[in-house]
Amino acid sequence: VSASGEPLPVPVPEVTSETAEFWAATAEGTLLLPRCEHCDTVIWYPRAFCPACASFDVTWFPASGRGTVYSYTVVRRPAPPYETSGPFVVAYVELEEGPRVLTNVVECEPDAVEIGMPVEVVFHDTGEGRALYRFRPATT
Amino acid sequence: MTIRGKAHIVGAFEHPGRRLPDSTVPRIHAEVATGALADAGLTLADVDGFFCDGSTGFGPISMIEYLGLRVRYADSTEIGGSSYVSHVGHAAAAIAEGKCSVALVTLAGIVTRGFAFGGRAPRPFPEGPFENVWGMTGPVTNYALAASRHMHEFGTTSAQLAEIKVAASLHAQHNPNALLQDVITVDEVLASPMISDPLHRLDCCVVTDGGGAVVVTSPEIARDLARRSVKVLGHGEAVKHTNNGRVDLTFSGALWSGARAFEEAGITPTDVDYASIYDSFTITVLECLEDLGFCEKGKGGTFVLDGALVAPHGRLPFNTDGGGLCNNHPGNRGGMTKIIEAVRQLRGEAHPAVQVPDCALAIAHGTGGGLSTRMGSVTLVLGREDA
Repeated sequence: VSASGEPLPVPVPEVTSETAEFWAATAEGTLLLPRCEHCDTVIWYPRAFCPACASFDVTWFPASGRGTVYSYTVVRRPAPPYETSGPFVVAYVELEEGPRVLTNVVECEPDAVEIGMPVEVVFHDTGEGRALYRFRPATT
Repeated sequence: MTIRGKAHIVGAFEHPGRRLPDSTVPRIHAEVATGALADAGLTLADVDGFFCDGSTGFGPISMIEYLGLRVRYADSTEIGGSSYVSHVGHAAAAIAEGKCSVALVTLAGIVTRGFAFGGRAPRPFPEGPFENVWGMTGPVTNYALAASRHMHEFGTTSAQLAEIKVAASLHAQHNPNALLQDVITVDEVLASPMISDPLHRLDCCVVTDGGGAVVVTSPEIARDLARRSVKVLGHGEAVKHTNNGRVDLTFSGALWSGARAFEEAGITPTDVDYASIYDSFTITVLECLEDLGFCEKGKGGTFVLDGALVAPHGRLPFNTDGGGLCNNHPGNRGGMTKIIEAVRQLRGEAHPAVQVPDCALAIAHGTGGGLSTRMGSVTLVLGREDA
């Protein structure tokens, strides 16, 4: 939720043949990460190509869903479709597996967010077969 | 091969308009094209190379037809607001190789009629689904993430960022075309509404229509023209991106583009008399000051204190037209006006209140795209005619 207590909107992300498996897993409550079978690099953003070694042999594995806040900002003048949301947090979360992913930090007051704060993934369903991966303060 | 001294900027023109709801983008291209050519003492018939971004029609194909040009070289490098800085470097290389001899670079935009970032991109946008669903308010949220991390790592403060806006406003008071002409204080910046922490409204550039153009040509042709010209001495480009999810928010692509440009020009940052530095936001300037080598990494916040950026006598006078922060950011793209003000300074034609004495070496630096995701960074080193 945003600071106003309202749930954030859940816009529907576009899906391509490269990302269909990723988004399908979100609807099941799993954050998949792509990994290169050739050089073992964890890839972000998801794509069917390894930018580290030029391999097309990319497979998926489930992430732990844990990470820390690398940077964040409190959006106070939101644009559509967030225009009715109160202040909310956009952040880079560094996943345990390495990638720094853009996301929202939810379920806490925006002013309570800090760089370095441990967070864990939650999923907000779009109702269209895919969910948004957001993060809340770690509970464990 | 080097472009050092092999091309000169001989004409520059900044559109005086800031709100042009009844004009059209192609018409603005034509107005700035003829303005820059008139400044150079040339005509459309002399132009054999044309450069613009891809935002209008088919880019150069459409605009070359609209303008009635017959060219043997065209380039539409699209790296956001720094595209035009890149175009000058590419034009210099094309001239050095004999691919063209008179290159026209134009920028035009109308954005105040309806200004919206985000939404569905009309072309494939592979990173889009992982970035455009989180409520980023256009570029300000993107740049705020970089500012937040910079503050965390280096102790940079909002008051230090505000000094950059204050310096720009001190310059803009002398520019009758500037959108914002009032001198402001650090406290006023800090009191302006927070848009995306830690960036306030007054940490942001203006939103304006308009455009600008420059003409680049060979030293031989430049010599025969009446107007003072400006030498292109060095050019460096870089694209810095999220590096497969390992994005580092503490530096910009200027770290690479600046080093390349200074090396080609054979100078160091301490030689620079005047700097045009892309100022989409105050943090853009601060990071680039560090990355270009004007101060140590992390020390940008202290570098900008004590009027360091204020012309004519600061340590590094910057954006003496008022920059994107106060003067003009036509079409949400600030690269062209960076070049134009550097040309004014090197011709000795900046406003007398902000003209840097004996200005011989200048840079124009552009940052296009997003400071916390992916950006096209371009640095030009420019020299006075006798440099």
